[in-house]
Amino acid sequence: MSWSEAVKTHTDFQHKHFAHCESGVMSLMVSHHGMPLSEAMVFGLSGALMFAYIPFIKLGGMPLIAYRSRPKSIIRGLQKNLGIRMQMHSFSSPEKGMKKLDSLLQQGHIVGAQSSVFWLPYFPPEMRFHFNAHNLIVFGKEGDDYLISDPVFENSQRCPAKDLRKARFVKGMMAPKGLLYYPCGIPDTVDFQRILPTVIRKNARAMLKTPVPIAGVRGIRALSRSIVRLSGKDPREARLFLGHIVRMQEEIGTGGGGFRFIYASFLQEAATILDNNAELEKASRQMTAAGDQWREFALLAVTAIRGRKKSPIPFPALEQKLLEVADAETRVYKNLLGICSR
Amino acid sequence: MEQNKVPQDRISTYADNKKAIYATDTSGKYTLVPSSGWEIEEEATLQAVQELERLAREAHSRVAKGEKSTLFFHMYNRRMDLQVLSESTGLFKWRIKRHFRPAVFRKLSRKILTRYCDALGISRELLCSLPPQSDELE
Repeated sequence: MSWSEAVKTHTDFQHKHFAHCESGVMSLMVSHHGMPLSEAMVFGLSGALMFAYIPFIKLGGMPLIAYRSRPKSIIRGLQKNLGIRMQMHSFSSPEKGMKKLDSLLQQGHIVGAQSSVFWLPYFPPEMRFHFNAHNLIVFGKEGDDYLISDPVFENSQRCPAKDLRKARFVKGMMAPKGLLYYPCGIPDTVDFQRILPTVIRKNARAMLKTPVPIAGVRGIRALSRSIVRLSGKDPREARLFLGHIVRMQEEIGTGGGGFRFIYASFLQEAATILDNNAELEKASRQMTAAGDQWREFALLAVTAIRGRKKSPIPFPALEQKLLEVADAETRVYKNLLGICSR
Repeated sequence: MEQNKVPQDRISTYADNKKAIYATDTSGKYTLVPSSGWEIEEEATLQAVQELERLAREAHSRVAKGEKSTLFFHMYNRRMDLQVLSESTGLFKWRIKRHFRPAVFRKLSRKILTRYCDALGISRELLCSLPPQSDELE
């Protein structure tokens, strides 16, 4: 496959609506630079599917639960697996960081940026939480407003300079430090026949064979055990914890089912590229089923929250559902290992 | 999930925005479907928002009673907790906790107050006062 090397400026940039911020930004950015890649392909090719339950790292008082690999790993994964070269800048001072953004825009770049969610005024108030690893594209400036392509929004947005500055330079966990990035080298060809089986195999192995009992499918089982332990605690705390899991799974822009549907979409696309591989197509359907089970878990969890004081929380049913999800995912990854090691 | 099963519950937390969901069409092919939200997600979000609002309300009444400094209220009103405030100001938690004491807070230097103002994104006048009630995010 080869792509034209035309140099493009932000005037012909097209915003698109995607499920997730980092994969959406990378899909928009590499496509803009002449290498059309869907969001699902970006997500899958960077090997970003994960599960991690880390009780000793707290975010807003709640344990870290993640359905994907850690922030920036999609950018890094694409660089590593596809040979895309990215220019990345972070800054010690907001002044330098804003100046650099302006000069990159002047040069005609569209620029990826890391930011906080809380300080972006175009987010609905109900969605503004202190999370610092959000990603967006700045593609222009009009007066004092930056033109922003935020992939989790249907339309492009505007953001006053002072707000963007605040959002790019918040301090704290996963502090963005004004991070800016853009591709500076896109390969002419990509050997998907070779790369796809490798990244799928690696990701499946990471989910199955983690050395730590809190990541991959073992992490899902660890979470199920934690839920059982909640039965001895304050029901109010238990309900907040259950709500937190659902938010990490659905609210943060996962394309539904904690990224399982987006990965199923990737497997389907991979199957087509790999000469309509029927087994991979089947694995995609299995992954969809796993995503559906995650949605059933969310339904159960929120029904338990809704119960308030009237009915007790059905801890055994929640545990059972999570164990079923873990089993379903184990089967998919084992299949994927089989398909992609041949 | 199938395309026709993607929830379109027009949930309040999206404020008329849509999120993109991956779902399969009638031939089983994946496609991106704009969704106006799933009420299950809405309830989880509202639970978290209400918890934050509860903390801000409680803080408000403790400040009004003179038990805590106004900093205590503004921290919760900005949806922060001690950890986030500590990380975003670079001040140790134990120092911030001291600053929650009205008598200590009153004597804080301009320099320290400015650090709180920057982290919270509010003016010094606001930081040192208690608004009538916990207000919505502007």
